[in-house]
Amino acid sequence: MPILGILASQITGHLSTNSYESIQTVTVGSTQTSISFSSIPSTYKHLQIRWIARVSPATTDENLQIQVGNGSIDTGTNYSHHGLYGTGSAAVVFGNASVSGANLGRVTGASSSANMFGAGVIDILDYANTNKYKTFRGLSGDDQNGSGLVWFASGSWQNTAAITNIQLNELYGSGGFVANSSFALYGVKG
Amino acid sequence: MASTYTPIATTTLGSAQASYTFSSISGSYTDIILVINGTASATIHCQLQFNSDTNTNYSNTYLLGNGSNALSARDTSLTAMYLDTNGFTVDQSMGVWSIMNYANTTTYKTMVGRYSSSTRSAEAIVGLWRSTAAINSIKVLTTSSTLATGTTLTLYGIAAA
Repeated sequence: MPILGILASQITGHLSTNSYESIQTVTVGSTQTSISFSSIPSTYKHLQIRWIARVSPATTDENLQIQVGNGSIDTGTNYSHHGLYGTGSAAVVFGNASVSGANLGRVTGASSSANMFGAGVIDILDYANTNKYKTFRGLSGDDQNGSGLVWFASGSWQNTAAITNIQLNELYGSGGFVANSSFALYGVKG
Repeated sequence: MASTYTPIATTTLGSAQASYTFSSISGSYTDIILVINGTASATIHCQLQFNSDTNTNYSNTYLLGNGSNALSARDTSLTAMYLDTNGFTVDQSMGVWSIMNYANTTTYKTMVGRYSSSTRSAEAIVGLWRSTAAINSIKVLTTSSTLATGTTLTLYGIAAA
């Protein structure tokens, strides 16, 4: 049985390595406000996004938000998210219902030292199943040698439609993802 | 579409060892995933060094639950990046760590991963290596004592389209 990417590697010797495929990658050349994947085929069981990112606003770090949809992005308040993050001195919890996207990661901003990028992995489970709401999870962080966070979160889209579109946004005012930010979408067969 | 998530190298320790090095890593992937599953002869921490860099270019931020508390801490200007904060022990421990965009030459390298001990803690961890060099070798080392015989270390590569 094919197993979801990051989990699969925990079971050395039982990994079906022909079940994990690259679908599409966006590498930012000049600052762009959001990252979009569209026309995602329904032929996989799960999706995974692996990313590194830095944003242009003058902040040390900021949330990475995911929005999804079928045919277009749902910007309504049909999402929820919950999580736990570490500041380097405290563990902090967060959670919100009825929000317009799920905060699944943490990226560095322009106030951090040059060349520092946040990084993370987002799993989207049963994305093409039309009988259930969709669930996400994210593990990410942006250590900055004295600042930054580690971020562990889950999210949900309260809709049974198959996901064909994904959008990733930075939430700190105007600006966007800077050059060399990169987002790779993978499919895991079932 | 091309399949990826490719095993690069794996080893099962035939004797207790204080370090193990994956060398001559190809630059043809996007991310590298390191998996360690095993035990130690005493409570130890595992760390990473890249490209034989032993200078103070590494740092970490952690989040862990130990059955009593949720905690966060960090270390700065280290000579090696930690893979855990609560330690490998004589009880089974394992972790999966992603080294993201390891071969690009324009960004510092960030590692993000999870570590679990069967008796001590569950952890999320992020690490930074302040170098723009492409990573071509990864050394797993211990802060004291050794990883035990039978511990497995495996490296996978993931290539984006």
